[in-house]
Amino acid sequence: MSQPRALWNPYVAGVALGTVLFLTFIATGHGLGVTGATTSITAVTTAAIAPGAISPHDYLAGYVRRGLDQWIVWEVLGVAIGGMAGAMLGRRFAKRIDGPPQASTPARLGLAISGGLVSGLGARFALGCTSGMGLSGSAPLGAAGFLFLIGFFVAGAAAGFILKPLWRRRSVT
Amino acid sequence: MIAPLDFVGPISGILLGVGFGFVLENAGFGNPEILTGQLRFTNWAVFQTMFTAIVVSSILLNIAAYFGVISFSNIFIPSVLFWGTLLGGMFVGIGFAVGGYCPGTSVVALMSGRLDAILFIVGIGVGTLVFNAIYPMIGSWIYTQTGPDALTVPQLLHMPVWAVIALLAAVLIAVGYFVSRGKLTAGCQVSASVGVPSGVAVHHKQ
Repeated sequence: MSQPRALWNPYVAGVALGTVLFLTFIATGHGLGVTGATTSITAVTTAAIAPGAISPHDYLAGYVRRGLDQWIVWEVLGVAIGGMAGAMLGRRFAKRIDGPPQASTPARLGLAISGGLVSGLGARFALGCTSGMGLSGSAPLGAAGFLFLIGFFVAGAAAGFILKPLWRRRSVT
Repeated sequence: MIAPLDFVGPISGILLGVGFGFVLENAGFGNPEILTGQLRFTNWAVFQTMFTAIVVSSILLNIAAYFGVISFSNIFIPSVLFWGTLLGGMFVGIGFAVGGYCPGTSVVALMSGRLDAILFIVGIGVGTLVFNAIYPMIGSWIYTQTGPDALTVPQLLHMPVWAVIALLAAVLIAVGYFVSRGKLTAGCQVSASVGVPSGVAVHHKQ
């Protein structure tokens, strides 16, 4: 099996990311995002599986009405394609269950779904995630973007400190 | 004013999304060890990449505005909904530490073969439904706006735009300097994660 290619230098990646973000503002008038799409998909899927589960006055009702033909849903489809292209071209694609080295497979899956839940809840509080609020809100120097990032890094570092033992590397045999 | 071009259809979304996902993957942001390493301060790639992107896009937007290509009044700048924005950031940060990803990076992780990311994405959906359920109780206070619409940091601090960008760039350069001097641990110390051929997660040398 061939060796994976090296990742980009973070500053190079940052310049590329900043350029894509700038082009997004030029093309659409807003930045990049992700949870706008996951919210639409959740709303539409829930309404399809369990009609009546989302009532007309619910938070998600508007998302059900607007449907999936949204710029951000197409954009997230693009993120998936671009991510896969990066992994393939970089020879980094490998099927695995990733997570902390000290966590068993069921524990990793439990952490993944709990982390996702907290993240999905938080993104609705903030009306955006790390991309849509942290990055795209901060690029035009919006105070909300920076407030989001301060909360993100402070709470993330506190939780990261508590979970640090899980990330100790297994001794190499 | 030329921009925004109102280029908001599927082609625009897919093209820009491909660029976004491709860059995230090549930055190593499908890898939870690199991502959460930032929270343990063992890997600074997340901070360096994000802050470079913010500074670069901010400079480009201001150049475009200077030449009349775009006006800041025509681009979306989020308003500060203090508790929602702050608590939301904190929850997304905790989710990042616990689950290994944020929403965007979980998509890239899944597409690079990480099956745990499927559960993270399902979790996002569950969290969205939890929010829908509790929204009637919290909506009014989390979405109360603080300050004027689209408040910016230069307005808040009464500083010129160039000074704020210079300040951000200075922080970025300082972090880069300390990382290169080994005072902060650099990304190159990340080694292979479980189940991956060795060297998969090896980061660039600083």
